[in-house]
Amino acid sequence: MKSIKNKIAGLAGMAGLLLSSEVIAKSKYNLPEPADPIVQQIFDVHMVTSAIATIIMIIVTLIIVYSLIVHRKDKGYVADQNFHKSWFGRWAWLLVPLIVLGIDFSIAKTAHKTMETIYDEHPESDMTVKIIGSQWKWSYEYMDSGIKLTSNLNRDLTPKDEFYLRDVDQPLILPVNTKIRLLHTTTDVLHNWWVPQIAYKVDAIPGYITETRTEILKEGTYRGQCAENCGTGHAFMPIVVKAVSKDEFAKWQEEQVAAAAAAAAEASSDKEWTMEELFAKGKEHYNKTCVACHQANGEGVPGVFPALKGSAKATGDVKVHIQTVLNGVSGTAMAAWKDQLNDLEIAAIITYERNAWGNNTGDVVQPKQVAAER
Amino acid sequence: MSTDIAHEEHHHGPPKGIGRWLFSTNHKDIGTMYLVFALTMLFVGGASAMYIRAELFMPGVQFMEPDFYNNMVTNHALIMVFAVVMPAAAGLANWMIPMMIGAPDMALPRLNNLSFWLLPAAAVMLILSTVVPFLPGGGSAINTGWTLYPPLSIQTGMAMDFAIFTVHILGVSSILASINIVVTILNMRAPGMTLFKMPMFCWAWLFTGLLLIIIAPVLAGGVTMLLFDRHFGTSFFDAAGGGDPVLFQHLFWFFGHPEVYVLLLPSIGVLAMIIPTFARKPLFGYNSLVGGMAILFTLGLVAWAHHQYTVGMAAGPTTWFMIITILISIPVGLMLLNFMMTMWRGAMTFETPMLFAVAIVLMFSFAGVTGIMLAVVPADLEYHDSMFVVAHFHYALIPGALMGLLAAAFYWLPKWTGNMYDERLGKIFFWWNVISFNITFFPQHFYGLAGMPRRIVDYNPAFADLNMISSLGAFAYGLSHLLFLYIVIKTVRGGVKAGNKPWEGAQIGTPGLEWDLSSPPPFHSFTTPPVVK
Amino acid sequence: MRDKTLQNGLEQTHEKNKKTTRLLLLIVVGMFGFGFAMVPLYRLVCNVAGIGISGAANSGRIIDKSGHPRSIDKERLVTIQFDSLINEGLQWEFHPLVKEMKVHPGKPYEVSYYAKNNSGKKVVAQAIPGITPWQATSYFHKTECFCFTQQTLDSGEEKDMPLKFIIDPDLPKDIKVVTLSYTFMDTDRSSLRKKRELNLPSDNKHKG
Repeated sequence: MKSIKNKIAGLAGMAGLLLSSEVIAKSKYNLPEPADPIVQQIFDVHMVTSAIATIIMIIVTLIIVYSLIVHRKDKGYVADQNFHKSWFGRWAWLLVPLIVLGIDFSIAKTAHKTMETIYDEHPESDMTVKIIGSQWKWSYEYMDSGIKLTSNLNRDLTPKDEFYLRDVDQPLILPVNTKIRLLHTTTDVLHNWWVPQIAYKVDAIPGYITETRTEILKEGTYRGQCAENCGTGHAFMPIVVKAVSKDEFAKWQEEQVAAAAAAAAEASSDKEWTMEELFAKGKEHYNKTCVACHQANGEGVPGVFPALKGSAKATGDVKVHIQTVLNGVSGTAMAAWKDQLNDLEIAAIITYERNAWGNNTGDVVQPKQVAAER
Repeated sequence: MSTDIAHEEHHHGPPKGIGRWLFSTNHKDIGTMYLVFALTMLFVGGASAMYIRAELFMPGVQFMEPDFYNNMVTNHALIMVFAVVMPAAAGLANWMIPMMIGAPDMALPRLNNLSFWLLPAAAVMLILSTVVPFLPGGGSAINTGWTLYPPLSIQTGMAMDFAIFTVHILGVSSILASINIVVTILNMRAPGMTLFKMPMFCWAWLFTGLLLIIIAPVLAGGVTMLLFDRHFGTSFFDAAGGGDPVLFQHLFWFFGHPEVYVLLLPSIGVLAMIIPTFARKPLFGYNSLVGGMAILFTLGLVAWAHHQYTVGMAAGPTTWFMIITILISIPVGLMLLNFMMTMWRGAMTFETPMLFAVAIVLMFSFAGVTGIMLAVVPADLEYHDSMFVVAHFHYALIPGALMGLLAAAFYWLPKWTGNMYDERLGKIFFWWNVISFNITFFPQHFYGLAGMPRRIVDYNPAFADLNMISSLGAFAYGLSHLLFLYIVIKTVRGGVKAGNKPWEGAQIGTPGLEWDLSSPPPFHSFTTPPVVK
Repeated sequence: MRDKTLQNGLEQTHEKNKKTTRLLLLIVVGMFGFGFAMVPLYRLVCNVAGIGISGAANSGRIIDKSGHPRSIDKERLVTIQFDSLINEGLQWEFHPLVKEMKVHPGKPYEVSYYAKNNSGKKVVAQAIPGITPWQATSYFHKTECFCFTQQTLDSGEEKDMPLKFIIDPDLPKDIKVVTLSYTFMDTDRSSLRKKRELNLPSDNKHKG
């Protein structure tokens, strides 16, 4: 019989899977290999519950298959009209729930310890990172050192690339073997920062601050993506965490702090910048910050994002132009950049915009002009 | 069991023309309309599923904008839940319950007409919500998924308002239908047809109806608040005005979780009719099945927040919801046991309804065990919103609801039409349907575990191979329903005469009075109440 | 004769149907009301349990402003982190003047947040407090807070906004760090309804 053969084949397959649970644990189709003690605990819970699930399925299948083979009319089997009145029939309503309750209990017990770890323990942490979800990018704030990072999708990859939709321009850098608190919040809708190997999920909810924690055990790159539907770009906000040694992290952190200080100093210095310097700097920053909407050729997207090439704003009054970049345009997609960019960067971008793509205004905007408009 | 069917003087046929359907108060005609509507919408909802699987066939955005994809995800869910499974179950109830319990018709025939005719209106609304974003000034498409979580649902354009009205109309329709069915079951039983002599399908619908009456108004309230937040400056769900976005999730899932049982229970009732018939022995554990449904009903109402383990609830409530959720395995286990033990030591034959029943018991058990895995909080903090969840609830709802309804159609088609369906085609449909279903959804467990979130339009190539298998399975699965349509049309148009009792074992255990009627039954089933001994 | 009993039976059933229908409709209306009752109910639960937005917003108001709830725990120091976030659409600058401080439970403290309106127009905004870990919420008593009322800033106006708080000495002993984060939101929510555009990865852009 086809049905019986199918069932037996399925059963053998399942038994085989169970026996080779070691293989399953490492399979690419299981939860990825944990790189954090709590995630390791969760992984173990998952393996236990999967095993219980598999065993239950095998038992259920065996009973049904036996019944399908034996209790058939075409085999001449005569139905036992009083089976439901047998002792089993009379007590099954109690017996079976008790057995199920036993299984439930064993499952709940497995989970209990991990629940306590997650919900009741507050170990001291060595650093805190605040993770902010926005449509559709992640921002990170190292609360101890004040470093801020913004992490956008790497748009240069194609569906053929290994890390397509799993790569960003700026990964989150974290040290290994360090207890890290991760705080989650959002500036707009719900998001969920999901890197399965290093931290369990918690939603980022506007107005809420929630936390998870991680202690990455192994250096390496960990990838994930937003797991709570956040609208149009939900599939396009990946997460990359680069775990480095403590020394390397300390070095990186120093560099970042120094670079930020240097950039600030440079921006606020009274140096007069030349057109060439500003144009080059501006091009670099434009291609990082503005290109997503206004495009590399400055033509924008018709009907959606305005063109800068030949536009009234980019060729008209400098002050208006500066104001626009600083404070955005409310009610449109144009964001305020004054918190993300310093005076020098904004001056450079504006200089670039006013002289690229045939906008040859010849205007050179100095950082102090920007500072004056702040 | 004896019945006294006298049609001499009362017998008159259905009215002629379109008026028969527009103004119908006849439970069989309304039942037919429900079923036809559900089948039509099955193809609409199926088409959106086909689009989803085509888009996910390989990495890259192939066809439409991401918002359209999200809109289809939303529509697929709304249609399948509200416009396919619920109307189909209501159609079965309309057709069968009065015949089973020996009532002349539904208790509130005119209300019955209204509750049906609200459905096409809702369908039009839903279609409008999809069309509106393409019109100038139409705003953005619904990209929230059927859960409609704010603040995303506050951002969405006018389409969301249409969706909210759709939910309102569907809610009213299903509440009215439920009231009607509950009243019919409680008051219209023939003399001697006590509650505990009722066929299990009636019990299942009694619980379903009561559950809907309790939960549907809460959803209506929730989306009304959403509407107010969108247009009238209230802030139920907006933190800026003192609201809380998580509150909507509680309201939604207070409805949404019991809703799963609203979808499942009618099919559980159908299984409890089919399995004894083809095992040729009485249902094992009639009382415990009723008890199991009662427990499921109760636990289902207080388990909702297991859909939101990740919102950062306190440890206390989280533990409560986890324990209640795990305990749900007890009534579900009891139901599955009763079905297995009804087969046990029976004399089984395997006609199409029975084949479906056996497959359902197996696949629904599988959904049960993955359900327990998901109920465990720490593990869910990894599974949450991944394709693993998608795989789980399709295993629960397709075998547990849709396939149960298909089995019911095969089981009762001979009664409805007087003709036997083509058994050979039925069997082909069964194997095609069940195998392709498994090809579609079984792999989803694994790429879910591997890290693919749900509701994404595009994905990393690491998930590509299994997604392709899933999509191929889905195309085959979708196509199989055309065969079902063909079988139904063929049966309606003619075939071997079925006789009053097409199934040998149909009278064993606690069947209804429907088998005492002719096939097809007269336009007015019982003009004088039959007496059940 | 038989017809008459039948007729009576039908009428009886009809009456019964009406009664049951009325009862069920009552449940429907009741449950619709229950949906709305969930709003204050949920708030109440959150306040009692000290969770969610309203838990974080309301903690402290129950305490008498003048009195210290308990004696000061001089043995213990708890680290309080202050954090800030601007919700989209609000063009304000907003940050704590102190990022972190160590406090004795039971002792009142005062800190300030700085806010400046850069939007070029008058804006009314509301600060939403969030506290993590959630277990600490009901022990974080804010006796005076700029989040208790809406804040109005004229174009270009800046302001130091005070926050007075006491950490309850009953704060569970294992909690050593508490983060208080404010999200400032524009009370005019109309800007949030705008259509958002996504720029797909270059290779992926839909033609047409």
